[in-house]
Amino acid sequence: MKIPLSWLREFVDLPESVDELTTLLDDLGLVVEGVQRMGEGLEDVVVARVDEIRAIEGADRVRLVVVDAGHGPLEIVCGATNFALGNYVPLAPIGAVLPGGFVITERKMRGATSHGMLCSARELRLSDDHEGLLILDDLTTPRVGEGLLQALGIVPDVVFDITVEGNRPDAWCVEGVARDLATRLQRPLVSPPLAEPNSTDQSVTVAVAGIDAPDLCGRLTLSVLRNVVVGPSPSWVAQRLLAAGMRPISNVVDASNLVMLELGQPTHPYDASRVAGRTLRVRAARPGETLVTLDGVERALARPGRGLGDTGEDCVIVDGNDTVIGLAGMMGGSSSEISETTTEVLLEAAFFDPMTIARSSKRHRLRSEASARFERGVDPQLALRAAARFVYVLRESVPALEWLAQPLDVRGVMPEPVTVELREGDVARLLGVALETDEVTRLLEGLGFHVEPAGSTLRVTAPSARLDVRPGLAGRADVIEEIARLHGYRLLPRHVPSWPTPGGLDERQVLRRRLRDVVVDLGAIEAWTPTLVSDREFDAAQPGVERVRITNPLAEDESVLRATMVTGLVQAWAKNVERNEGDVMLCELGAVFSHPSTSEPRLTKGGVGGGVELALPRENERLTVLLGRSEDSAVTAVALWATVAVRLGLDEVVIRTDPTPTTFMHPTRAALLVDRASSAVLGRVGEIDAKFLHTLVPGVGARRAGVLDLDLDVLNDWSLATRRSDFASVPSRFPSALFDLAFVTPEGLHAQDLAFVLRASDELIEDVRLFDVYHDDGLPAGTRSLAYAVRVSSLERTLSESEVGEIRENLIATASALGATLR
Amino acid sequence: MTTSPLKDLDQQVESLLATIGALTDAEALREAEPSITGKRSILSTLQKSLGSLEPEARRDAGAELQEARRIVEAALDSRRAELALVARSQALASDRIELGDVVVENVRWPVNAGHPSLVASTQRRLEDVFVAMGFRVSEGPEVESDWYNFEALNIPPAHPARGLWDTFYVELGDPETVVLRTHTSPTQVHLMESAVRSNALPIHAVMPGRCFRRDAPDARHLATFHQIEGLVVDRGITFADLAGVIETFTRAFFGADISSRLRPGFFPFTEPSAEFEITCTICHGEGCRTCSQTGWIELGGCGMLDPAVLDAVGIDAEEWSGFAFGFGIDRCAQMRHQIADMRALIENDVRFLRQFS
Repeated sequence: MKIPLSWLREFVDLPESVDELTTLLDDLGLVVEGVQRMGEGLEDVVVARVDEIRAIEGADRVRLVVVDAGHGPLEIVCGATNFALGNYVPLAPIGAVLPGGFVITERKMRGATSHGMLCSARELRLSDDHEGLLILDDLTTPRVGEGLLQALGIVPDVVFDITVEGNRPDAWCVEGVARDLATRLQRPLVSPPLAEPNSTDQSVTVAVAGIDAPDLCGRLTLSVLRNVVVGPSPSWVAQRLLAAGMRPISNVVDASNLVMLELGQPTHPYDASRVAGRTLRVRAARPGETLVTLDGVERALARPGRGLGDTGEDCVIVDGNDTVIGLAGMMGGSSSEISETTTEVLLEAAFFDPMTIARSSKRHRLRSEASARFERGVDPQLALRAAARFVYVLRESVPALEWLAQPLDVRGVMPEPVTVELREGDVARLLGVALETDEVTRLLEGLGFHVEPAGSTLRVTAPSARLDVRPGLAGRADVIEEIARLHGYRLLPRHVPSWPTPGGLDERQVLRRRLRDVVVDLGAIEAWTPTLVSDREFDAAQPGVERVRITNPLAEDESVLRATMVTGLVQAWAKNVERNEGDVMLCELGAVFSHPSTSEPRLTKGGVGGGVELALPRENERLTVLLGRSEDSAVTAVALWATVAVRLGLDEVVIRTDPTPTTFMHPTRAALLVDRASSAVLGRVGEIDAKFLHTLVPGVGARRAGVLDLDLDVLNDWSLATRRSDFASVPSRFPSALFDLAFVTPEGLHAQDLAFVLRASDELIEDVRLFDVYHDDGLPAGTRSLAYAVRVSSLERTLSESEVGEIRENLIATASALGATLR
Repeated sequence: MTTSPLKDLDQQVESLLATIGALTDAEALREAEPSITGKRSILSTLQKSLGSLEPEARRDAGAELQEARRIVEAALDSRRAELALVARSQALASDRIELGDVVVENVRWPVNAGHPSLVASTQRRLEDVFVAMGFRVSEGPEVESDWYNFEALNIPPAHPARGLWDTFYVELGDPETVVLRTHTSPTQVHLMESAVRSNALPIHAVMPGRCFRRDAPDARHLATFHQIEGLVVDRGITFADLAGVIETFTRAFFGADISSRLRPGFFPFTEPSAEFEITCTICHGEGCRTCSQTGWIELGGCGMLDPAVLDAVGIDAEEWSGFAFGFGIDRCAQMRHQIADMRALIENDVRFLRQFS
């Protein structure tokens, strides 16, 4: 919201320093996003009259304009087209310096020479309008050669661009901002002058107002204005609008906009002669009804939208024929628009239900200055005051204006004034500091709250403008926030709380850190690949699988939730290969998603009011490592896993060939990590399939890449991922006996399984460790030789040769029972 | 009457098909291809010989020859596919490794330390500061219902305040009922609900996590980003405690010469609400371009828990009070390392990633 300082000063006496004011506004939560100094740099700009417009040969975007600025004809090349012969426009002559330091020089364009520049309002920093030149004769009666500042009567001004927070509908106007400042500065707030009805004719004899949907419209007021002459606004009105970023249109429309900016009440003027029966009623639109709004768009009404709980309710204004002539609080229809011939005006000032306006505005994608205010909540008591201000402003250009007595004022359901009990100590309980009752009262009364002491309690009633103040406990917080804000957050004390419970990480967080640490320490570089992927990427790894889609993706190739991180990592790796930096191991820790129909969904509360049970995608946290260094393969991936397993204390996990490897895994180099005790699958290890690699990233060529892909949900569940017990044995003081055993073993018998069985076969066995695997044509088909180093000892004595021999025989027998024969 | 040049065509095709069937690998097929369908192949030779025929006979013979060529080419294609399949299965067979047989100690492993991601290491530093201050760390899912992401946080459907969050909707259930979380605040709701269920109040926790907003990425923002929020629900917690925690954290994380200040703000889930700013870490408060000469930069939002939020999860707001705060992890990282363009974080260029430890 743009607010000129001169306008603010009409409401409250303010300090001179702009910096001081900026700080003050920030501190009140009225954040100053920018400060614009109006009129600065416009000293050289003069009024010029357009005398001739010529096409330039070969140029279709610019024309040659001949103007007179008091020193004879001057040729200017100009791209705007919104002006005609005889219009008065601002000219920045050669040598002029525009706001922002832009120096005007003689320029050649398309073979023509431009002796200056004709300016838009934005180029002059007078408003955001950049649709064309600023047409001066729309605003005032300029003279050729006159200084622009003089012509517009611009007194240099400062314009604050202020962001008003959503809970401050009352502050979305000049008066509202002034009220905060007046309270903080302890200075009086001056009310702007208002008009009174000056006709003895009663409004009710001329016009009709009615509310058929009392829950959608809390109040409808209708003023009847006669003897209206539509024309330009007084220059001060036009300038204020320009400064606030609005374009002046006509005295009637401008007065309406001015009142909205000043007091926060949107009003809507209708040409009374074009409103059937001079009747305005408010009702809900019916299915099938349509309206062409002022922006020329035909809108279908009462159609349910996509929004959650959106039933399609539209609040509309209808005339005496029950025909829709406006979308209430948002935009009027063109049929009853004010025109040059309007002589009688019906001025609507109303209060509409904020949520209804919000839903309609969202559904119709129609946001106007009015709807933005109504959806936040306009002061329901403001309507007639706004009308009075409107008449006062309009009367300056229409002295004979007649306002009929007793404006119509119909009520629907109005918000009740909220009263909040502020008990002794409530302020201190929330803010941590007690403020004097007098100070609390002064601050609240400054904002228009009514404060009534009742014993040690203050009964605080919110002004009608403060629709953000809620009843009950929440309202108490609302009121105390206002106290804190006006008092100043920076003056509030600070205190560091403490509590007896220690901070810390949970098991999953510790596990995650440990996993990251071990793979990073072993050389992995952690990447961050997209959660949102394309169908192509998804299909490369999970062809045809049901996927979770985004309804409104930013781009088509970011429309699906990933089901694996392998795809992202492979692509990240490929990019680094292209940069000749592909000799790397990449890892990522993150969530992957599965459609609720493909794996057990997460059930959670949803729907309006949380009353429905929703099935959401299962989110599975994983660590995926892509081993892409030149020596990497499934073998190094296994070595990486072995180290990870040691760090996590997982002794029971064996590597089992994966009989049905997933698409991205090399079919004959894929294994699952299986916990022997629980049979749970902790993850997978192996190599990326060459075919998958070629489909996804053909540029990488025939490189091998190992992969380790771990499921943190399983790893974190100790009933699935069996941890090494806390019991630690002290090694025997007596010497151990060492011997090797090599077995010819059928391929179906896992080396690790055999080691486990052998180790468990006698308590004197310390360790059984695989140290060699040997394939040879001399061995029977379908077998290979596994060599184990065995270490045995007793805690009580040195084992005799015969005892060791017996253990050895027993081990051979145990292995033999499993089909392994001593070599 | 001349004999037709095509009189032996059937046998010639048979012979070509036999040749094709006898090819044993892709290389052989590639080498044989010119002699089967190429310029010097029998088919091409026959084609040339048709020139001497009468027009009508030439047309018939041409059609016959074309059919023969089609049969041969189809056989070649199908043999090529067969051989590729064979080659793949041979390659897979010869590649086969029994991964359970890998003798890990025989694997050579280059010594070369890696790098955690900047986001991960920043998150860890932040967590460590809060853990030392007595906070637990809590996490939640990235796909949420509208209820947890918005409504339980006092942001009802169609509320104008929703404009503050550009939301990605997930195609599940009724329209706009499932979202990618736009902030980590839903985790606060889960945490409060579970504390109420298990009678485990008070709560002192921080909630880091990944969030999503439908906003085209630029040098300062990514559509996917990371946030950390804090939540305290306890007896007697005040705004002064909130300001104290923010200040303690600021000094612990950014350094003793960096301090914090609060100014009024608005969030539907807190009341009073505040934006918190810290001394500009670039100029240390002197005023520079980064802080628009103010000496302060905005870091995040905070406030006292709105009684409506406590009410939505069944916590008695007369007995318990609390505060929440939140800010961007990525933004902290960006500030600390003065990263010119946030998009570097998702490009995964190892030359960038190697800078962090």
